[in-house]
Amino acid sequence: MQTSFINIESIRNDFPILKRKVHKDKPLVYLDNAATTQKPIQVIEAISNYYLTYNSNIHRAVHELAEEATLAYETTRDKIAKFINAKNREEVVFVRGTTEAINLVAYAWGRQNINKDDIIVTTEYEHHSNIVPWQLLSKEKGAKLEYIGVDDNGELILDHLDKYLQTGKVKLVAFSQMSNVLGTITDSEEIVKRCKKYGARVLIDGAQSVPHLKVDLQKLDCDFFAFSAHKMLGPTGVGVLWARKELLQDMVPFNGGGDMIREVHKYETTWNDLPYKFEAGTPNIADVIGFAAALDYLDKIGMDKVREHEMELTKYALDKLSQMKGIVLYGPKDVSKRGGVISFNLGDIHPHDLATIIDEDGIAIRSGHHCAQVLMERLDVSATSRASFYIYNTKEEVDVFVKSLNRAKELFKL
Amino acid sequence: MSSADIYREIILDYYRNPRNYGKITDPDISQRDSNPLCGDELEMHINIKDDKVADVKFTGKGCAISQASASMLTELIMGKDFEYVKKLAKEDILDNLGLQNLGPARIKCALLSFKVLKTGIYSYLVDKLKDTASADKMKEEVSGIY
Ligand SMILES: Cc1ncc(COP(=O)(O)O)c(C=O)c1O
Repeated sequence: MQTSFINIESIRNDFPILKRKVHKDKPLVYLDNAATTQKPIQVIEAISNYYLTYNSNIHRAVHELAEEATLAYETTRDKIAKFINAKNREEVVFVRGTTEAINLVAYAWGRQNINKDDIIVTTEYEHHSNIVPWQLLSKEKGAKLEYIGVDDNGELILDHLDKYLQTGKVKLVAFSQMSNVLGTITDSEEIVKRCKKYGARVLIDGAQSVPHLKVDLQKLDCDFFAFSAHKMLGPTGVGVLWARKELLQDMVPFNGGGDMIREVHKYETTWNDLPYKFEAGTPNIADVIGFAAALDYLDKIGMDKVREHEMELTKYALDKLSQMKGIVLYGPKDVSKRGGVISFNLGDIHPHDLATIIDEDGIAIRSGHHCAQVLMERLDVSATSRASFYIYNTKEEVDVFVKSLNRAKELFKL
Repeated sequence: MSSADIYREIILDYYRNPRNYGKITDPDISQRDSNPLCGDELEMHINIKDDKVADVKFTGKGCAISQASASMLTELIMGKDFEYVKKLAKEDILDNLGLQNLGPARIKCALLSFKVLKTGIYSYLVDKLKDTASADKMKEEVSGIY
């Protein structure tokens, strides 16, 4: 049994880790994809192939290895621009991940553009990485941080945004395109449209959306966009900040050092062209190259197919879960409004206990606050359990998961 | 440890019906801690009279292991000599819970209340008893709990 949209068997064959057993003899059921996804052999080989055959530093040396490495590194940039439909390749800046991308914007754009009494707007369903940098910045500048609330269906209350925009003081609106806890897909184009009317800049956290949905930056029309390779089959330690060229040009560098300079004199330095102005020092060459293999892999399947597969799996899981007595499911009921992330609580079983119990059956889920304590407060819980899917998950795995939840209920005498 | 061995009747009972749950007004020892990994929270209040634990209460939020172990710890020390409580080792706590073989992630849950207790005793030794020698030893012990 598999969804009709992709050939799961051949996909699963590409992921060596899915063949391993956990707790001695239990097949691994990996449902923690919102935290990080597994890597196909193509990505692993791209990385080892770099180290085995053309390892060298990029951009400066003239020897053959360096030329090959530079080409592979820069080709990844082109692939990313195409993947998210960015207009210019020089708007794609390599960083360590979403967290670093957002911090880069807070530091290099925020410190120049946010002033006393300005307002930064974020949302109640943000990951800490899209809250804490704005807290730091607003404290430093005497600006105000405001939140778009989340309704009982797990969707943003856009009236709150309007209320803040109407003050005329909003300089930046920062939100995630998909919630890592509720799975809610944000109506991003609508938010951008409203922000444009008031001249507020928009930063979108795409950590959960780019891996699972087709993202079109030219259509989105935002100002900053951030995501991480490791949540979309790629290696850890690589992420992307995309920003409008004119903004990047005006921004101050984030790190100073090699590669980001044009000329250095004793007391003055001129900056390198975009995007190199923001890529100081030797970058994570191997993993950037590995990321290209991940993009190729997703391209080959097609993001529409990825989305369809996840929607079918999510619907299947939600149908089964909602029949369980004592379960509380968070987030939109309508699968067209959510991604493959299901947060829940089961009776009075604490998520930590639940994760321990079902781990015994080989099932990896996440339990806790998911780096979203503001949302936990809003939901009035201290933690949730979270199962999240990707292209290699199957309906059989959902069945194993549900069966294991029932075992947990029995252990807790529910 | 298998979860059938962890989530025994007694652990579930203490989780759902915690003994000594609550607060003491104006306690001699008041100590709070949390486990940032899973969000377990715990606060313990203790009154000491004639070198004995005259009263002990706790409040908290978290998993069955952390909450049951806190409650069982309060029962273990209620009415006991302060010297005995000072000397309690983490093995005593795990034995008392019947959770000797927890994995590295969950042992923190089981020992959170013990850490709170020992940290509270440390503050008591410093602030009330001015016993710096014992306090220093206690501090070392606390940092070695997990
Ligand atoms: C919505 C969201 N934003 C930001 C992040 C942070 O990503 P990273 O840890 O790769 O920087 C995550 C992932 O943990 C996330 O889910």
